[in-house]
Amino acid sequence: MKNFQRIFGAVAASLALVVSCHPAVAQNLTGAGATFPYPIYSKWFDLYKTKAGVEINYQSIGSGGGIQQLKAGTVDFGASDAALNNDRLREMPRRVVHFPTVAGAVAMVYNLPGIQGTVKLTPEAIAGIYMGKITTWNDKAIASANPGMSMPAVPVLPVHRSDGSGTTNIFTTYLSAVNGGWKEMVGANTAVSWPAGVGGKGNDGVAGLVRQTPGSIGYVELAYAKQNKLQTAAVKNRAGNFIEPSLSSTTAAVASAATALSKDVRTPIVNGAKGEAYPIAGLTFLLVYQDNKDSAKQRAIANFIDWAIHDGQQYAEALDYARLPEAVVVVNEASLKLLTASGKKVIP
Amino acid sequence: MSESVSAESFGEGIPRLRSRARARPWADAAHHRLLQIMALTVLATVVLIAWEALSGALPAMRAYGLRFLLNTAWDPVAEHFGALPYLYGTMLSSALALLIALPLGLGTAVYLSELAPPRVGSAVAFVVELLASIPSIVYGLWGLFVLAPFLRAHVEPWLIAHFGFIPLFRGYPFGIGMLNAAIVLSMMILPTIVSISREILLSMPRALRESALALGATRAEAIAVTLDVARPGILGAVILALGRALGETMAVTMVIGNSNRISASLLAPSATMASVIANEFSEATSNLHLSALIEIAFVLLVVTMLVNSFARALVIWSTGGRRDIAGAS
Repeated sequence: MKNFQRIFGAVAASLALVVSCHPAVAQNLTGAGATFPYPIYSKWFDLYKTKAGVEINYQSIGSGGGIQQLKAGTVDFGASDAALNNDRLREMPRRVVHFPTVAGAVAMVYNLPGIQGTVKLTPEAIAGIYMGKITTWNDKAIASANPGMSMPAVPVLPVHRSDGSGTTNIFTTYLSAVNGGWKEMVGANTAVSWPAGVGGKGNDGVAGLVRQTPGSIGYVELAYAKQNKLQTAAVKNRAGNFIEPSLSSTTAAVASAATALSKDVRTPIVNGAKGEAYPIAGLTFLLVYQDNKDSAKQRAIANFIDWAIHDGQQYAEALDYARLPEAVVVVNEASLKLLTASGKKVIP
Repeated sequence: MSESVSAESFGEGIPRLRSRARARPWADAAHHRLLQIMALTVLATVVLIAWEALSGALPAMRAYGLRFLLNTAWDPVAEHFGALPYLYGTMLSSALALLIALPLGLGTAVYLSELAPPRVGSAVAFVVELLASIPSIVYGLWGLFVLAPFLRAHVEPWLIAHFGFIPLFRGYPFGIGMLNAAIVLSMMILPTIVSISREILLSMPRALRESALALGATRAEAIAVTLDVARPGILGAVILALGRALGETMAVTMVIGNSNRISASLLAPSATMASVIANEFSEATSNLHLSALIEIAFVLLVVTMLVNSFARALVIWSTGGRRDIAGAS
């Protein structure tokens, strides 16, 4: 009898708990996409679960896969390092809204034994190396930017990502922006037809090749370069300053593009105009359908994004992501107001 | 002596089994059906894979037709897709791997089965089979972090200096590239060649060796006779090994350098059909790009099938139509 009471009591208590939490635990969201922001996203989803009781299940299967799954309607939101171009947007069954969440920089890493200090690279030098036109480190295009250093006559070995990646998209978007020849010959995408060099799989593949090959140069996510203590180059920006990649110079790059972003949030932020902006940078996006029949779900998505672009930003830097500048947060706030459920706004 | 003992024990068992089967004839039929279904499942899986690959590849097939196999450009930006560099990379890396692994593997198998003391033979065979269970990513890491620096520092500069006049050994010592991939692949297919060839050689009738020796053959000649008879089985081992080499993905992707340029040099970076799929599938953003990658998978399937059929035909031809020799002991 005592046992029965105890069990009954436990059941009643848990029932009460379920009922009282009901509005909070009811929501489950699923998302899929980019691998680059996965560390910060999983941190956010974890924090947001304890905060708001919304459980978000995210599969970091790559931007391409995320877009495919959003298109097929198997996930509630997608995530991509590259914004959808107009053609891709038209292919989607309904209107899609882009929300930039954090920014990242792509660092140029190199292996030059015997060279002290930071090597400076101009856009022409980087494009020339990756097009196979600059073949030694003492080429004029490199040496003239590094007057204090005696560049060795060793061959330059450009290393690129072999797998399709958002990092490659940022890097090739940058090269297309600064070099007409590159834009014509190669272009920008998550994977391109490389005119020169060897490909390593993933950031670790590129970093591994650079670390063990004297004379090599590669591009990796800033977080990866920092955590692995690779030598990174300073890159000449549009204002003519040589800027080292950092979280603050990345945020400055986003801020440079604020006006353009307020018109179209998909505008690439490479080659920013500000004096302290690092030129090879990009935003990563959450992709959400503008209208959703399930209003509770749509509200949960909107609330989460609202939290991520405000309170969530404070966790970015510890994980080596650059936070959004205020101007872009404002753009996101405006986009949030576009979200509807069966035509009704979910955020007032 | 031992044969007669085993025959006797069989003789005792058989009547009992028979009477049970007679008592429940449906059991036999069910057993037959069950095994039939299992065999058909395998067949259905292959057909379904081929069908899925074919239907996924249709957009690319419509866009490029047969030119897909001959085009050398692979440009996801301009959406020009041609599979030739990958076809070339797959065939060349597998052929080179076989070229390295076959003499090495066959030599090991002959030593283990014919010359080594039985205890040493089975101990070494055990270690070789252990090689087969190493995950391919470990081979890839070994190729990238151990073999590549070694090739770059010691082997490739030497090859360039001494054999640089041959286009095969021209270029820059990257450490990674076709040569590295071929070596890593050969290590991966070695256990298959060794363990199957050894089993085949062990199953050869003793009488074969003994009569060769009795006729005055040297030990080497006796081994040659045995090898000749074992040829179909050894070819079978080669087919299996080649299958693994053609389809190997992870390790090759890590060490081949992933460049879609066809180069005569073994030192240059290259790419294979499996590696380009692994590299680009997850981030392929356009439908045509995705479809072209699926068509590559389909082509790989067809190539594997052709290679297997060819090797099988070779076995049948080389034995004059007798496929049963390897097992006849």
